[in-house]
Amino acid sequence: MSTALDPSAISQAIDRLAEQIFQAAAGTQVDLVGIRSRGDEVAERVYDLLKARGAQVRLGVLDISLYRDDYEHLSSNPTLQSSEIDFPVDGSHVVLVDDVIFTGRTIRAALDALFDYGRPAKVDLAVLIDRGHREIPVEPRFVGETLSTERKDRIDVSLQKTDGKDLVEIITQ
Amino acid sequence: MARKDFLDIVSLDRAEIIHLLDQAVPFKDLFTRSVKKVPALKGKTVLMLFYEPSTRTLSSFEVAAKRLSADVTIFDVPHSSVTKGESVRDTIDTLQAMRADYIVVRHRLAGQAAAIARQTNASVINAGDGAHAHPTQALLDAFTLREVYPEMEGRKVLIMGDILHSRVARSTSTILSKLGVEVAFCGPGSLVPKTQFRRFTNYEEAMKWGPDAVYLLRVQKERQEAPFYPSDREYHSVFGISEERLKRIRDEGIYVMHPGPINRGVELCDAVLDYERCLISQQVENGIAARMAVLFGLKPQVS
Repeated sequence: MSTALDPSAISQAIDRLAEQIFQAAAGTQVDLVGIRSRGDEVAERVYDLLKARGAQVRLGVLDISLYRDDYEHLSSNPTLQSSEIDFPVDGSHVVLVDDVIFTGRTIRAALDALFDYGRPAKVDLAVLIDRGHREIPVEPRFVGETLSTERKDRIDVSLQKTDGKDLVEIITQ
Repeated sequence: MARKDFLDIVSLDRAEIIHLLDQAVPFKDLFTRSVKKVPALKGKTVLMLFYEPSTRTLSSFEVAAKRLSADVTIFDVPHSSVTKGESVRDTIDTLQAMRADYIVVRHRLAGQAAAIARQTNASVINAGDGAHAHPTQALLDAFTLREVYPEMEGRKVLIMGDILHSRVARSTSTILSKLGVEVAFCGPGSLVPKTQFRRFTNYEEAMKWGPDAVYLLRVQKERQEAPFYPSDREYHSVFGISEERLKRIRDEGIYVMHPGPINRGVELCDAVLDYERCLISQQVENGIAARMAVLFGLKPQVS
């Protein structure tokens, strides 16, 4: 097990995400939608930074448990949490936010879920960490940090509000 | 490890009940989206096997299964080979060969759903078996009460009507008492069995007990060989909610529930349906969410 990002590296990665999104939005409205769990916390922290810079931004949360493609392999189905998207998705510029992108399957599920709320004009993807090993053609537009990993490694992300500390670790098998 | 079947409330522990109630919340949230459907049970088959007539429970299960993207087949018993003398056992073997993942069963015999569950790898959900159990009704009732009283512990619910023949009374009283709600029964003496719950045979005395909600049971004309009361008017005057009684219910802020379908002028007068604390239509909506939570929570052993 090794520390990949310490608390200050995580803060810097979140700053970078906020900066990239701020530049890309160029004064237009953006809607951050964080994917549970931990994508929601990353989204919230980016939201606070964008708000502080006066950006036009809204925040939502998406639970994708009902859109997963791997129920067959689970001994019991996942515990659901509510999604909270209180603004109309139709015609909006949505930035999906997640903590880690790996195979890309989570993002596929999130896109399916998001489109059941409406028809956004544009969807971008922001991730705190890109660890590679994609299995489907999905690429993030905004990346906080890139980590090079082995396919079988595990990435453990802890975030302040969810886990009580900021830490990213790589667990090698 | 998740359960295969959902047969009664008695065998669920408190934690499982709370989990199901919690799971029903995000399902209910879906109903306000433009797309009310999720792909969770895509490619799965739900078979409805109703040996007793039912419109509400059947359509509630059908909507629930469809909102989970399952394929739904209704096995139309009155027109099936069952009327040609096929046994339930043989019917289940047929359904097994159709590779149903979920079988929703209603039957007039207590224990029939459990018997079917032992015979098949599909998940079996009891949608009412005789006077025994109606567990999804109990779940939606608890869910509805919890929406108005998030802390249910210590609340009082009066269940009124023909308790003896009612599977709703059995299942709903069981779930509520497992959640710490105090339950009392009220009805004609011969139709209120002696149980661990408080027992009333007089409406006014029951109301003095101070219930937070009154749960009216449907007068089940089809289940009584000889009627236990002389007329609808008589029942209404003894155990029905009249306009007069509604005044006091409103003054005390008591909620009114009913599993449906209602008999107007028997269990309740028309004015009850306009009463702001009448929860009957919420019960219908919540029934879909509760049944989605049940379907999603089970694990069929079909491969």
